[in-house]
Amino acid sequence: MDEKEAAKEIKDRFSDFGVDIPQEDIEERLEKLTSKFKVPMSEARRSVTNYFLKEYNISRGEFYGSQTETPLVNVKDLVEDGKWVNVKAKVLQLWDNTHESISQVGIVGDSTGTIKFVKWANANLPDVEENKTYYFRNVVVGEWNEKFQINLNKTSSIEEIDEDIEIGTSSVTASGAMVDIQSGSGLIKRCPECNRPLSKGACPEHGKVEGVYDLRIKAVLDDGESVHEALLNRELTEYIGEITLESAKSMASEALDPSVVLDYLKEKLMGKYYTITGPKLDRYILVETIEQQSRFDENELDELIASAEVV
Amino acid sequence: MAAFVREVAKRVFAQEFKESNLMFKDGEDQYSPQYLLTPTGAKVNRLFIVGTLTETEDIGTEAEFLRGRVSDPTGSFLIYAGQYQPEAAQVLSECEKPAFVAIVGKPNTYTTDEGDVITSVRPESISVVDGDTRDMWVLEAAKHTLNRINSLDKDEPNIKKVVEHYNTDKKHYYEMVQQALQSLKETD
Ligand SMILES: [Zn+2]
Repeated sequence: MDEKEAAKEIKDRFSDFGVDIPQEDIEERLEKLTSKFKVPMSEARRSVTNYFLKEYNISRGEFYGSQTETPLVNVKDLVEDGKWVNVKAKVLQLWDNTHESISQVGIVGDSTGTIKFVKWANANLPDVEENKTYYFRNVVVGEWNEKFQINLNKTSSIEEIDEDIEIGTSSVTASGAMVDIQSGSGLIKRCPECNRPLSKGACPEHGKVEGVYDLRIKAVLDDGESVHEALLNRELTEYIGEITLESAKSMASEALDPSVVLDYLKEKLMGKYYTITGPKLDRYILVETIEQQSRFDENELDELIASAEVV
Repeated sequence: MAAFVREVAKRVFAQEFKESNLMFKDGEDQYSPQYLLTPTGAKVNRLFIVGTLTETEDIGTEAEFLRGRVSDPTGSFLIYAGQYQPEAAQVLSECEKPAFVAIVGKPNTYTTDEGDVITSVRPESISVVDGDTRDMWVLEAAKHTLNRINSLDKDEPNIKKVVEHYNTDKKHYYEMVQQALQSLKETD
């Protein structure tokens, strides 16, 4: 969060009390504290807010009393750009590729739905892990590419809680031909600390580590009208690829090259038709079931023959 | 940043593909995607084909350059793979023929000295599949082609372009689809 955003927020809070403070004045004070006096942004906000409370003779109790509790909001209701909220949610996915200004990005969810989250690098917040539940305080809803996300920045906080949340996502069904298996599929290694896939033996966060083997497939299904990206975990990869993690490891060590596993999976799966189900989290369908479609529907054939009759 | 959108792989029968000769660019700059507009109005930047690979020939003069023929119930596709498609070229040359293959690829056109346009496919991937998968593709291609024929009256810029350019004879393509579907009946 920069001075502009923080200043806007303070301005908005004060306007609830009928006080109109020029945004430049707020920004200037914030800027002075953060740049010149190296005060952290959260502290600067507090200090500037208190300054104006005194200035306009507003009681702290009244001001904070009405404002302190940032609302705890269900994920499905995170649809207002710029709204500050608290969210209790489970981390479902951490994505591989992060821009250097981003420390972690992925998907969180609660019983009402899922949403993308972005933890900015300059927020200096602790890392989260997949499948753990957290209380995210003072995060802000943003809109990006017509989709909502939550941003975790300097004024946000993260607290792990010992609670499992049942995720509410409507499952989708998709069918189509497997037209691609993306790189990063096959036999991969993950960071033992944070579970992120390693790239050239290194974790983007923890550097060179002794990786833990895993199998996965990032597949593209295409039905001629739309494409679906699907993520298959180890269990489903073993099932549909008729392979086990152990046999994949021995294939790789015999060939002295882990990419033989990807080649094997491509040869086995590409160009065939599949039906998958699972929740769709942003780009990917997190596959829960996958079956090959091996035979066309005779009734559909008869219907098509009838409709192809030349009139 | 605009989200990258992967091009959908269209389903087009070999006969219709062969009868296509209208390429156009969607946009002005050199990176704008190229499309082949087919007589029934498929806007093709990527294709998915399943058919029978019947033969492969090395037609390269210096480096290996392979031409394969893949047939469906209506005709055959020409597949060209060279050094820039090493995996596809390997499958083309090494797999036993005939074989059912699934191909994901890009459409290409070439104009002969006589002014005829030859269409072909530059494969992104080729894999060997089974007969059931091939039959499913025929049904799917039939369904998509019928949908396109039935939409040829739509008031839409690309459709208008197609009708103007090809003066598409719907009956001709209904018959093509019918023939393809009947072939599935015979193999039962
Ligand atoms: Zn790590």
